[in-house]
Amino acid sequence: MKKKLNVQTRKSFVTYALLIVVVIAVEILLNTGNISSMMQGLLVPICVYAILAVSLNLTVGILGELSLGQAGFMCIGAYASAIFSNMVKDSITQPMIRFPLAILIGGICAALFGILIGIPVLRLRGDYLAIVTLAFGEIIKNVFAALYIGYDSAGLHISLKSQGDLNLAADGKMVINGALGISGTPNDSTFEIAVAILFITLIISYNFINSRTGRAVMSIRDNRIAAESVGINITKYKLITFGLTAFLAGVAGVLYSHNFYSLQASKFDYNLSILVLVFVVLGGIGSVRGSVIAAAVLTMLPEYLRSINKYRMLFYAITLIVMMICTSNATVRNFFIRSFEKLKGLVIKKKPAGGTVKEGE
Amino acid sequence: MAMLEIKDLCVNYGVIKALKGISFEVNEGEVIALIGANGAGKTTTLHTITGLLSAKSGSIVLDGKDITRTPAHKIVKMGIAHVPEGRRIFQNLTVLDNIRLGAFTRKDKDAIAEDVEKVYKLFPRLEERKTQIAGTLSGGEQQMLAMGRALMSKPRIVVMDEPSMGLSPILVSEIFDIIESIRKQGTTVLLVEQNAKKALAISDRAYVLETGKIVLSGKASDLINDESVKKAYLGE
Repeated sequence: MKKKLNVQTRKSFVTYALLIVVVIAVEILLNTGNISSMMQGLLVPICVYAILAVSLNLTVGILGELSLGQAGFMCIGAYASAIFSNMVKDSITQPMIRFPLAILIGGICAALFGILIGIPVLRLRGDYLAIVTLAFGEIIKNVFAALYIGYDSAGLHISLKSQGDLNLAADGKMVINGALGISGTPNDSTFEIAVAILFITLIISYNFINSRTGRAVMSIRDNRIAAESVGINITKYKLITFGLTAFLAGVAGVLYSHNFYSLQASKFDYNLSILVLVFVVLGGIGSVRGSVIAAAVLTMLPEYLRSINKYRMLFYAITLIVMMICTSNATVRNFFIRSFEKLKGLVIKKKPAGGTVKEGE
Repeated sequence: MAMLEIKDLCVNYGVIKALKGISFEVNEGEVIALIGANGAGKTTTLHTITGLLSAKSGSIVLDGKDITRTPAHKIVKMGIAHVPEGRRIFQNLTVLDNIRLGAFTRKDKDAIAEDVEKVYKLFPRLEERKTQIAGTLSGGEQQMLAMGRALMSKPRIVVMDEPSMGLSPILVSEIFDIIESIRKQGTTVLLVEQNAKKALAISDRAYVLETGKIVLSGKASDLINDESVKKAYLGE
């Protein structure tokens, strides 16, 4: 019997299919050597940003609260996993075992912090929540930038002052070197793993949105008092969403830290949080697919614009504005939808490749 | 013993005293009306009963159990459903999702499906529009949706906050007919209304609130003929 799929399920399958097509195309290009080294270097970051955007979309789009702490949670995931990988890289040499463990550790640490921070912070709403999460993100970044951790035969040494203050024995090793961060992290992130995690993130997000929990969270977004009056424990569901967002951001941080040899906390500043928010807003708040597309396009764009050097940021800004108009202005959107329909009418069998129009909501 | 007993309930908004010690009771199977002017404390009373506001002093007792400090989401489970003022529905979800969310505290899937059908029977228009986004419904339909949603938690008491607010006269009559049929199904109703005439016509007993105090109470049929009520609330 043919079962009718609901709208959300259909949307999610379209997204999965799109992602698979793109990944196959990239793999073919990679294997035939038809891809520039710059683009190769961007593959993992694109996945990282896409995961960040999809996870922030859960808080901004589904819960309806503005959080600017995304970089902070990513930072926790990146550091926790990099410390782990650095400490076990001699004992567990097989990356297929080491990396999944690192991902779990990074994600769980970030989620724990997400929930811990969420308990006091989620009492606030709107602008206040945005400001407080922004502050927490900065605190996390600055704490890591001031942290010195090393270990020797006597155990772990932690200091907030300087490297010398650790009093490491001769056989001691530095793990975190203050503002210089962590170096020597094994490069376990590959495009394949990053895409696999992006795929899992998409499945988690779509299933979350379609679940009982997801509907409860959306009802809080739509009307807090009504949600409370049908018996939804608001604090609990807010925390679940915030924790999940932090978990996924932490996982993105793991991918990020294992993509580079060294890692500094200064990378996780508020600019990064804002950037991720830009992806979410431009992709269409609440739209998972849009978040991924926006993250991919806006990560590649600045790199491709390097050729026009001076005017690079100008073009970037213009693209942002055009994208904003295309996704939020009803007239422009209808124009695209109409032309899309016409194209469909002209070419029935061949699918038009126009990806400008996001699902209309 | 009364099903729901409110004793000396005081509620403050900051320094403003919204309720200055009100006491009343609701018996099983009754329709009770709380009437009064704007700012009398009607909505505050309902919000305090359903746990959306916390009382400063006094007690709320349901079936002999003190629920004064119980959080809102647990009170729903104990059998009180709230139809909030101003049609607070979930704007961006479908009508069916809205109705299903009403049964959030329940786990019995088959019975929930049956109750969805019951809600459709009571509000046929909701069935026609079940896949529609709730925010696109008309005002009257939204009010029906809020009422249907509340019934999904299988409440023993439904508290309704101004169900007739902002509706056309025909719809107002329709809403009151529905309240009657809810009562006929054995559900107790606590009703807050500005439309005192209609509210008194379908209630058993009523309480008149004035600036945080109960100034008058009695059988609805008596109050409707009371000179002071007539003058103040019925405009006669």
